[in-house]
Amino acid sequence: MIQTENLTKRFANTLAVDRLTLQVNEGEVFGFLGPNGAGKTTTVRMLTSLIAPTNGTAIVNGFQIGKEDIEIRRTVGILTETPGMYDSLSAEYNLRIYASLYEVEDAKGQVEKYLRMLGLWERRFDEAGTFSKGMKQKLAIARALLHEPKILFLDEPTAALDPESAHLVRDFIEELRKEGRTIFLCTHNLDEADRLCDRVGVFKTHLLVMDTPARLRSKLFGKKVVFHLRAVNEELVKIVSSLPFIRETKTMDNKIIVTLDNPEEHNPDIIRVLVEAGAGVQFVGELRHSLEEVYLQLVQNA
Amino acid sequence: MDKITTIIKKEWAEVFKNRMVIFTVAFLPVIMTILPLVILYTTRDTGSMGDLGNVTNEMPAQFSAFCSSNLNSGECFQVYIVSIFMLMFMIIPVAIPATISAYSIVGEKATHSLEPLLATPITTLELLIGKSLASAIPAVLATYMAFGVYALGAWIIIPNKFLLAALLDLRWFIAIFIVGPLIAVMAINFTIIVSSRVTDPRVAEQLSMVVIVPILAGFFGQMTGFFLINRRIITIIALVMIVLDAGLFYLAERLFQRETILTRWK
Repeated sequence: MIQTENLTKRFANTLAVDRLTLQVNEGEVFGFLGPNGAGKTTTVRMLTSLIAPTNGTAIVNGFQIGKEDIEIRRTVGILTETPGMYDSLSAEYNLRIYASLYEVEDAKGQVEKYLRMLGLWERRFDEAGTFSKGMKQKLAIARALLHEPKILFLDEPTAALDPESAHLVRDFIEELRKEGRTIFLCTHNLDEADRLCDRVGVFKTHLLVMDTPARLRSKLFGKKVVFHLRAVNEELVKIVSSLPFIRETKTMDNKIIVTLDNPEEHNPDIIRVLVEAGAGVQFVGELRHSLEEVYLQLVQNA
Repeated sequence: MDKITTIIKKEWAEVFKNRMVIFTVAFLPVIMTILPLVILYTTRDTGSMGDLGNVTNEMPAQFSAFCSSNLNSGECFQVYIVSIFMLMFMIIPVAIPATISAYSIVGEKATHSLEPLLATPITTLELLIGKSLASAIPAVLATYMAFGVYALGAWIIIPNKFLLAALLDLRWFIAIFIVGPLIAVMAINFTIIVSSRVTDPRVAEQLSMVVIVPILAGFFGQMTGFFLINRRIITIIALVMIVLDAGLFYLAERLFQRETILTRWK
């Protein structure tokens, strides 16, 4: 659905996006992560044909940016980082304007559908300026969806929202994902990316890494398994460390934490040697690194 | 065309909720219409006074061209005074579009609603035309209506058909119906250029009012007898305005590009 090759954007002496090459598949939620000023918004603007790249190419929904810009804008939806509304106009009229600009056939029906879906139907005649931040964000999401775009670009959709509103927006993104829409999600919220995204790309002017959150954890930190024992002693640690597939062993209280590449295959072996050595194995669990740890490791080393 | 209409309707729905805009659109034409009519009414007896001697001698020499043999010097004086104030009509097509476009462009920029709008399949030209027409149409209509009311008032107040013909001379029809829209276009393009550099609609509006300066120069030029606007001058002004408008439109269109708006309009 989205394919870029060496996509580059330079503003005067500033290189905003450097040779970005990525592919986002149909129905995928792709998280685009990076610090402020990394070039995420510039990338979204290029992919939605708002600005032209300096170099490189991109195909969005089968259309080439720079050549088929109107077609791209017609088939993608965008929630901008600061999605302004016409505050003095009603919520319904705000959406009707966009339905007309997107040439939506059943404009009235689409406006009603999304106002109801996002819980704004009862407030449809109220001026958008009277809405809370969360309601405005929902209205902006409705605006981005009116023309049923196949690809949706969401630039920081939950930034500056209270936890309840953010939760609602996240749930709605989950719904969109179930509908099979392709979503390009720029976010600072790494828990959100972890929860919603099939794959993530960490970006700082250029793409640092791109993979599923689980594989990124594994690549950077390996997989860690925690063995809760009745008691830990040096002998047990030595036995586990001597196993050929163990990369690292640590202890904490009555736990042995091991790093290995393939826990699914080797956990039974570890349990067997521990039991044979007389250890009382109480629980076995996976120690998950947060996506935040992955992100920080990547960005700080970039 | 549908998209242009949508933009125009949206602009009107939005800007006409602003009291400042309503005041400018409604109040200014009323003042500009009342002023020459009041002058005509208060000087209605001047014509019957016949020869005013020294007073008419102080009028610009080229004014005698308008002062036909059918009019006595008192009536010539009326034509002269009204001619001075007729230029004030030209302020309407400057002030109204400057106010509307300042709010419509800078306002949109300030509320961050321009980016989602630019992300729709509307072309830059459609957007620019929509915004320009939304500002120009009320301005031109208000100018025409104001002039219409003035003409009607003059017809009621002035019984002398020769004096009426002199007051409603062709040069004022050229000024109102040709130069007026050209001035409106100039004011809009100028506001767009100014809007690319400011973030407050009021600043944009005030800076755009610079376009009034040539009109005021014309007003004071006539008043002091430096020159008098005749048909030849107004035709030259119209031609110069066409060239100026083309140049300003080119500049405004260059500035009103998606990338420029998003990356340089701060």
